[in-house]
Amino acid sequence: MSKRVLTVDDSQTIREMVSFTLKGAGFEVVEAEDGRKALDLLGSTKVDVIITDLNMPNMDGITLIKELRANPAHKFVPILMLTTESQEAKKSEGRGAGATGWIVKPFDPEKLVQVVNKVCP
Amino acid sequence: MDEMDRFKGTYFAECFELLGDMEVRLMALDEGNADPEDLNAIFRVVHSVKGGAGAFGFERIGAFSHILEGLLDAMREGQIAPSRQAIDLLIKATDVLTDLVRAAQSGEELAADYGADTAAALQVLAGAEQEKPPPPATEQDAQPQSPAPSAPAGDGEGAAEHQFFHIRFAPFPGMLQKANEPLLLMRELKSLGKTVAVPDLSRLPLLDELDAEEAYLSWNIDVDCPAGLDAVREVFEFVEDDCDLKIDVVAGVSLEQRSPDTASPDSRRTAATERAAPDKGAARAGVPAPAVVSTIRVDLGRVDRLVNMVGELVITQTMLAQQASRLPPDHYLALTEGIEALSQHSRELQESVMAIRAQPVKSVFARMPRLVRELSAQVGKEVRLVTAGEDTEVDKTVIEQIGDPLTHMIRNSVDHGIEPPDVRASRGKSKQGTIRLSAEHRSGRIVIEVADDGGGIDRERVLAKAVDKGLVAADAALSDEEIDNLIFMPGFSTAETVSSISGRGVGMDVVKRNIQGMGGRVYVHSAPGHGTRLSLSLPLTLAVLDGMIVAVAQENYVLPLTNIVESLRPPAHQVHSVVDGGDVLALRGDYVRLVYLHRLFGIEGAVTDPAQGLVVVVETEAGDRVGLVVDELLGQQQVVIKSLETNYRPIQGVAGATILGDGKVALILDVAGLRAMASFTTGAMKAGTDVPAESQECQR
Repeated sequence: MSKRVLTVDDSQTIREMVSFTLKGAGFEVVEAEDGRKALDLLGSTKVDVIITDLNMPNMDGITLIKELRANPAHKFVPILMLTTESQEAKKSEGRGAGATGWIVKPFDPEKLVQVVNKVCP
Repeated sequence: MDEMDRFKGTYFAECFELLGDMEVRLMALDEGNADPEDLNAIFRVVHSVKGGAGAFGFERIGAFSHILEGLLDAMREGQIAPSRQAIDLLIKATDVLTDLVRAAQSGEELAADYGADTAAALQVLAGAEQEKPPPPATEQDAQPQSPAPSAPAGDGEGAAEHQFFHIRFAPFPGMLQKANEPLLLMRELKSLGKTVAVPDLSRLPLLDELDAEEAYLSWNIDVDCPAGLDAVREVFEFVEDDCDLKIDVVAGVSLEQRSPDTASPDSRRTAATERAAPDKGAARAGVPAPAVVSTIRVDLGRVDRLVNMVGELVITQTMLAQQASRLPPDHYLALTEGIEALSQHSRELQESVMAIRAQPVKSVFARMPRLVRELSAQVGKEVRLVTAGEDTEVDKTVIEQIGDPLTHMIRNSVDHGIEPPDVRASRGKSKQGTIRLSAEHRSGRIVIEVADDGGGIDRERVLAKAVDKGLVAADAALSDEEIDNLIFMPGFSTAETVSSISGRGVGMDVVKRNIQGMGGRVYVHSAPGHGTRLSLSLPLTLAVLDGMIVAVAQENYVLPLTNIVESLRPPAHQVHSVVDGGDVLALRGDYVRLVYLHRLFGIEGAVTDPAQGLVVVVETEAGDRVGLVVDELLGQQQVVIKSLETNYRPIQGVAGATILGDGKVALILDVAGLRAMASFTTGAMKAGTDVPAESQECQR
């Protein structure tokens, strides 16, 4: 059974590219536009890995990570942050919130697959 | 690569949407009163544009948006105030960025220094000392991973000597809480090379004392990794802050040590770096969250095809209904009822499909605030624009065409309507004029209004100008309303000089022609000293027309209802022939030129005497009236407009075609074209009368 990844990003372009790359590597991918929608989706769908952007409307990535870690259902789901080079502070904030790891934007498709495989149980 | 093009397409579409939204938000920002959510949203726009640019290698977009992003970040953190000057600059930057995206989309090469001055200004504003170089287009972290373990001894790979590593690894609970698992790390090490891990169980308590979320185990791991130290380190990339980690090179040139950062293990467990994250939810108490709307993007061509097909369906169904109406109802009850149900469903289907193409007028209204801002600055007036009903929806065919007329109307308001601030003050008005742009649905049409609180129409000036241009007789007695409507007459314009903003030759007459060409009407109301209001009434869609079917002998034609003024069977004594051989109809003091359709179209067997047939008085876009002589009126009907141009060629006097219920093609008439074909000259026409001073022959 293939592993399911949730990609959370307000940019449709990014969601499409992540989706395409991971599907090509044999993952199942579901999408959400922001943290709020991600939580709604997770209420009914189980995923194996979550990839989230940090800057999003309605609920940003850091808040999403905190919400997930506070919820027994998602406490131990691997969460990867999408960060940019210049976001060191955000990155450590994300780690503090409980993120498992990170992927730097713009991402190399191969690296994306590699990192997802790295943290995916 | 195909997918890449598709992603790029999505990216460009997304960029334009986002940048459009950014402009709207920038316009809405009052200086010194910036809503933090707006600044965040604007920041996210630029962040997204930058992100995509990096992914596709659009370096110019990436570099420019990087600078813009830096400034916006500082602004949203409150470090830089969003002054008017800053906002003006940001608006300019939005334009530059939009141009860069457009150029990337079309493949056009912009000048090398395009936008450079804007970029420089942005940096000055940002106080750019921390000017980080824009992120490289490719991934910086990329490490080659060799998945397959290679043979242990002497593989002669470059200069690196083959290395074994000894790792001491003790995870903290913090690591587990971040969903990093030792098992996965082992798995990864194994993929690098032969791995032997020996767990240290010394800290493991008895089962009933075991806390599942604590970390009791540590390992001593030996790894044979040809890929080298960096590859090994990379395995622990995410967890290095959450564990005790020591990597020793067992066989190799130097002995390396890697130890966790200076803080002691205990303090690490407790101190999670929790910086107070800006809780956007709480900070905006009382502000309603944006409505959650689920949408999908659909290619416009598909929607148009769908609309077309449904139009065909409606035509076919009308034919069926017509045939069915001829059947004896008793015998074919089921059939008749079935077709009636079909008619209803088709109608509903058509409405739903048309609704897909319906868009809120917001997209057209959105550019107006900026227009008003720029225009008023140019003419030295203070004007603000208020909009209402932006969510009112109308078919995209209408949206595409109302932009220009609306722009002209608003320009007129700023240019002529609103008085200069000192004049306003002397009249006891506020210095700042207001233009109200609104849209609403009214009885099956959309009504758009442009209302200003300016000085109203200067009737003396308008009348004088009209007389001057020979549009009215010098002694004509016109009501206030009639004077107001003079502005719509062709060739009318009160601008003394061709002002740079109103453009050459653009007048309300052009606007009226535009609107009427769409099947709409324009009305003007003016109260001197108080303001002017222009109302446009438009059909909800241009693909479907409310028409009147007329018969000329055995031929049927469709006249747009909006052009029809009245229809009558005139008494014979009201029909007069005039000098040039044509006929006119005396109608309440006016004379209306008659056009005989059977003559124009060469139809045999029609009614030739207007007193025996019908005269349908129609009004052209220019405001002139003609009376079309037909045999009879067959009824009102909504018809689906089929283009004659795309299927055949343009024909003067004909606006399009449709298929009526009986299956026959009926031409939709173009009233202005008919009038021209009947050879009128317009030079000496006077308002209110249609008798030409001189004219060529008119077919009788």
